[in-house]
Amino acid sequence: MDCYTANWNPLGDSAFYRKYELYSMDWDLKEELRDCLVAAAPYGGPIALLRNPWRKEKAASVRPVLDIYSASGMPLASLLWKSGPVVSLGWSAEEELLCVQEDGAVLVYGLHGDFRRHFSMGNEVLQNRVLDARIFHTEFGSGVAILTGAHRFTLSANVGDLKLRRMPEVPGLQSAPSCWTVLCQDRVAHILLAVGPDLYLLDHAACSAVTPPGLAPGVSSFLQMAVSFTYRHLALFTDTGYIWMGTASLKEKLCEFNCNIRAPPKQMVCWCVYAAHSKERAVVVAWERRLMVVGDAPESIQFVLDEDSYLVPELDGVRIFSRSTHEFLHEVPAASEEIFKIASMAPGALLLEAQKEYEKESQKADEYLREIQELGQLTQAVQQCIEAAGHEHQPDMQKSLLRAASFGKCFLDRFPPDSFVHMCQDLRVLNAVRDYHIGIPLTYSQYKQLTIQVLLDRLVLRRLYPLAIQICEYLRLPEVQGVSRILAHWACYKVQQKDVSDEDVARAINQKLGDTPGVSYSDIAARAYGCGRTELAIKVWVCWSMSHAQGSRPLRAGTLIWVRARLGVFTVLLHLKNELNRGDFFMTLRNQPMALSLYRQFCKHQELETLKDLYNQDDNHQELGSFHIRASYAAEERIEGRVAALQTAADAFYKAKNEFAAKATEDQMRLLRLQRRLEDELGGQFLDLSLHDTVTTLILGGHNKRAEQLARDFRIPDKRLWWLKLTALADLEDWEELEKFSKSKKSPIGYLPFVEICMKQHNKYEAKKYASRVGPEQKVKALLLVGDVAQAADVAIEHRNEAELSLVLSHCTGATDGATADKIQRARAQAQKK
Amino acid sequence: MAFPHRPDAPELPDFSMLKRLARDQLIYLLEQQHEVDKLYKVENKPALSSSEQLCFLVRPRIKNMRYIASLVNADKLAGRTRKYKVIFSPQKFYACEMVLEEEGIYGDVSCDEWAFSLLPLDVDLLSMELPEFFRDYFLEGDQRWINTVAQALHLLSTLYGPFPNCYGIGRCAKMAYELWRNLEEEEDGETKGRRPEIGHIFLLDRDVDFVTALCSQVVYEGLVDDTFRIKCGSVDFGPEVTSSDKSLKVLLNADDKVFNEIRNEHFSNVFGFLSQKARNLQAQYDRRRGMDIKQMKNFVSQELKGLKQEHRLLSLHIGACESIMKKKTKQDFQELIKTEHALLEGFNIRESTSYIEEHIDRQVSPIESLRLMCLLSITENGLIPKDYRSLKTQYLQSYGPEHLLTFSNLRRAGLLTEQAPGDTLTAVESKVSKLVTDKAAGKITDAFSSLAKRSNFRAISKKLNLIPRVDGEYDLKVPRDMAYVFSGAYVPLSCRIIEQVLERRSWQGLDEVVRLLNCSDFAFTDMTKEDKASSESLRLILVVFLGGCTFSEISALRFLGREKGYRFIFLTTAVTNSARLMEAMSEVKA
Repeated sequence: MDCYTANWNPLGDSAFYRKYELYSMDWDLKEELRDCLVAAAPYGGPIALLRNPWRKEKAASVRPVLDIYSASGMPLASLLWKSGPVVSLGWSAEEELLCVQEDGAVLVYGLHGDFRRHFSMGNEVLQNRVLDARIFHTEFGSGVAILTGAHRFTLSANVGDLKLRRMPEVPGLQSAPSCWTVLCQDRVAHILLAVGPDLYLLDHAACSAVTPPGLAPGVSSFLQMAVSFTYRHLALFTDTGYIWMGTASLKEKLCEFNCNIRAPPKQMVCWCVYAAHSKERAVVVAWERRLMVVGDAPESIQFVLDEDSYLVPELDGVRIFSRSTHEFLHEVPAASEEIFKIASMAPGALLLEAQKEYEKESQKADEYLREIQELGQLTQAVQQCIEAAGHEHQPDMQKSLLRAASFGKCFLDRFPPDSFVHMCQDLRVLNAVRDYHIGIPLTYSQYKQLTIQVLLDRLVLRRLYPLAIQICEYLRLPEVQGVSRILAHWACYKVQQKDVSDEDVARAINQKLGDTPGVSYSDIAARAYGCGRTELAIKVWVCWSMSHAQGSRPLRAGTLIWVRARLGVFTVLLHLKNELNRGDFFMTLRNQPMALSLYRQFCKHQELETLKDLYNQDDNHQELGSFHIRASYAAEERIEGRVAALQTAADAFYKAKNEFAAKATEDQMRLLRLQRRLEDELGGQFLDLSLHDTVTTLILGGHNKRAEQLARDFRIPDKRLWWLKLTALADLEDWEELEKFSKSKKSPIGYLPFVEICMKQHNKYEAKKYASRVGPEQKVKALLLVGDVAQAADVAIEHRNEAELSLVLSHCTGATDGATADKIQRARAQAQKK
Repeated sequence: MAFPHRPDAPELPDFSMLKRLARDQLIYLLEQQHEVDKLYKVENKPALSSSEQLCFLVRPRIKNMRYIASLVNADKLAGRTRKYKVIFSPQKFYACEMVLEEEGIYGDVSCDEWAFSLLPLDVDLLSMELPEFFRDYFLEGDQRWINTVAQALHLLSTLYGPFPNCYGIGRCAKMAYELWRNLEEEEDGETKGRRPEIGHIFLLDRDVDFVTALCSQVVYEGLVDDTFRIKCGSVDFGPEVTSSDKSLKVLLNADDKVFNEIRNEHFSNVFGFLSQKARNLQAQYDRRRGMDIKQMKNFVSQELKGLKQEHRLLSLHIGACESIMKKKTKQDFQELIKTEHALLEGFNIRESTSYIEEHIDRQVSPIESLRLMCLLSITENGLIPKDYRSLKTQYLQSYGPEHLLTFSNLRRAGLLTEQAPGDTLTAVESKVSKLVTDKAAGKITDAFSSLAKRSNFRAISKKLNLIPRVDGEYDLKVPRDMAYVFSGAYVPLSCRIIEQVLERRSWQGLDEVVRLLNCSDFAFTDMTKEDKASSESLRLILVVFLGGCTFSEISALRFLGREKGYRFIFLTTAVTNSARLMEAMSEVKA
């Protein structure tokens, strides 16, 4: 503990820098880092190495290898590079690896070496080849900037939403700039480049020469430039060994330093501590064997590099990795400095001491504590300890600081516990992800900047589902944001494992996911389908449906088939629909009658047009005809449209060899046109009436001629016409016309209906007229209808028809018809005698 | 009058448990939602509610989803944020969620299921209240509901013990049965060891017997259904029945003492019975005279209420009867029944056909006309081509051209077909059967094979003796067989099948009938050697109608039960009748 500050290096008066080891790398590199293209993602991200890049001396026949490692050197992926020569590698904000090829194509790979997509940086780049490329991060995402062989710049500020921008030409630029970088100001990406002693700033409109204020004279060339993580600061390294540091806007100089080394540095990193702090600027410069930290101080800190190293700029420091180690260099945060500085009398330091003494059961504990309390700084002391704990890398040190904080808290009234609790939680999470196996060496500040959500995403990206879930549960995140989301990701990953059987995957998914809310099974099924595992997609869905219906339970193959028939098909269906093109989709459906019928139903409600296509594909002309018929009265408003729809329907019916339907449809077309004409000429409502109703309406309106014409045109059978006219005229109570009509020719329906209808209108007088004309078979009925029981009896007796006799008898009521009843009885008796 | 059950008839299980279960679940679901303050009917208009959360209790229909979507989207447009919850009953379908997703509101609503699939309408009648089952399955070939049926059966078996004897006929019945069996197996142990309360279960597809469902009903309950439409066990009696100016909603079940006695009666008896009852009632009232004060007090406190109640019901049913009489006893109805009987017996086909034609020409009723056409088609194995064309033409002229689609539906369902010349039919048949064997998938689905199905009604009728030979008048007051529900003219096919199978305890000896029903692959029996089943439970039979059953069938089976000492329990996807079947098949303008 006493030499805790041993690795602290003072820079100037008040700032200390420390470098500590994060991991010892076990990645077993065969080649030197300098022989590889290297890219490491910020926020403790993964490292990509492209070994054997295209160098002149090597034979082109050897395929290079692209390796991806975690920050702790655990291999994540390794693949043979089969594509063209790569100029530059870089990680996007989503931890996707962007590989910029010489021909301007950018290939995007996932963390596990899975190819995601590729895009091109445009024709101009293709023609002139890529000289150099940078991947940079802005608030919109990750961008790519390219320097082409024609010394022109092309950039895209967001690779997710690719918009290429060609930067203006730099006047008189004949050779490649000695160094360049991308600056981001006011949400716009600029390029700063150095040509000889001049600096140029390129924005998308113009190219302007700039001069850093207070630049020492004698500069003939800039060798290196570095921009800070937040794009606020800039460092320039000149060929005189002079380093200029200032704001990125080039309006203000902050400090300068002369290191007297003229060799161009291999890498330079400029960072500013994220938290507000007095000494917030430093530049790290690396040469082959030397590392120098330069700030606003006459001296610099120098480290010797034993090995070939690579610097990764971070928000609050620099990560330095080599073949054997991975280190972190940063400024000692204020809280730590206060506590651990030699002979510090800061309250935090005293509290830490007090706690130590307390553990030793020494009375000094009380003395220290009293000292703090006397100064009234106990709250401050506790806060200091908590804060310092956050910045410590070693769990032991974190613990002792937290213990001190907890100890101090005991002597405070009403100290809000939040900060302590949250720090404990955060540290637990941080220690978990810093673990060697996980390999995400985040600092506390980085973690706060990144947010827990993004961290979880990154864990998911690394397929560290259990850890992610544990973290969610530990932090008690809402399920939808936390556990469910992760499970869904897990399931999506699971279905992509081709070597596991469908059954096992489905079961595993079902067991894990159970009833977790917020998990979209359709997404999972869709993903499964995306990998060509239709069966699995069905199973995933079915598993869920089953478990959903009655709690989780083991699956059975038998049930599967049945349930699939009803529930699963639909899911797959709709995903198929989205995935395949129409034609293939319909062809697939044709072999699945069950699915087809389901889909038809769905379409009927939701996608009428699709339904049409479906029938078309099948040459199902019958259904196609029906479809158009339905359209003719449901979808179409205008009469022309309706007729057209009917015409299409009729054609379809002809094709389906359904002449009946075709004829009926054609009749309907004629009728529609005619109704339209009637409406125009006569007024009133005719459209959409049936033929029968149309004629009735005409008669009711007194247009007898028209009615008859219509009946002829449509070949209305006589029987129908008579019924129709009879009913209509009776409704009109036009008895005269009715009588005329009845005499126009012999009634094809007989005269009994006349009687009936007249009686319905309660016109006994008219009814009797027709009763006399009713044929002998129905005479009795007719007479009964008009209420002439006596005569009916006579007729029945005359006919000697037993059934008629009993019918009349049943109509004989009480006293009035007593005589008639007797008559019938007599007739019966007589008949029996015979 | 109403015939009492034999003294040894088994007790019916208590179905109120189903109601209680459903209620508790719904309360639980709604409580999650906190405070329901108002209930709205889901219909296509904006819900005027200012509350912060809306809860929809709906059937899983795409139409309903669209309505919800429009509501939510309207709120979104107006900048309102509310919580939405959709409770599907009895279950959620993926298609519904899909629609929500397509409408872009899937994230805004939360979904739940209310597994309420069995509504006890009466002591012996459970309804799933899924009228769409009929169209969805028998016309569209949609098998989603079968799962619901299986779940319902599973629920029953968990509550009332396993069913030792299972019989079934029909494609859907078989699927439902197998699915249910799978459910049981997966949960094995739960029902095992329980004493079965219900000894038999019989599953039957509606398309096994369309004829019965298409006939006019003449049993009182059926007539009330045909005339006034019973909905969920209750009926709206209009002013013409209540003889006041208000409509009245009346629950029709065994609790209604008057109704319980006449529900299964042929209509011709009902009037007589009611007047007898009225006289009795009067007599009881009349007892008041000559009572002393004490007796009077007793009478008022104990009997009067019951009498009043009975009085009220009696007057209602008398009103209903009068109303029915007014509508039915006209000449038309007699003719109609006569024609139906002629069709069932298969004589005077020509005459019946022209009756139907006249029926259409006179525009009596689109649904009735259609029903008669279907009845003709099924009993005659399809219409002869000439009639097929002319009847359809007439129909279109009378009722509008959109019915062209109705005919296409009916053809697909096998309800209204054309007699094909012998050889082509067999060609189609062999083609279809080949398809079915070729493709495994085809086996499950192909609900459309009915295209090539012949109804063979005449032959079946002969085999099963459905048309009783009657010497002299059939005494409807003292029914001899189940034919009484159709005035003694016809024994309902479905009920006869059930009777036969129960008698034999299997399909043995019915091979020919099964073949004629086109159900050779779909008739099954499954007996477990259960010694635990008490003799009482073995006389309890659950009949499951897939696609709906009519009150006539229920009455017929109740009669059968009384005769044989059984009790029947009915489980149906919905109570149906001829008009509902036809409407399900009709295409009506929106």
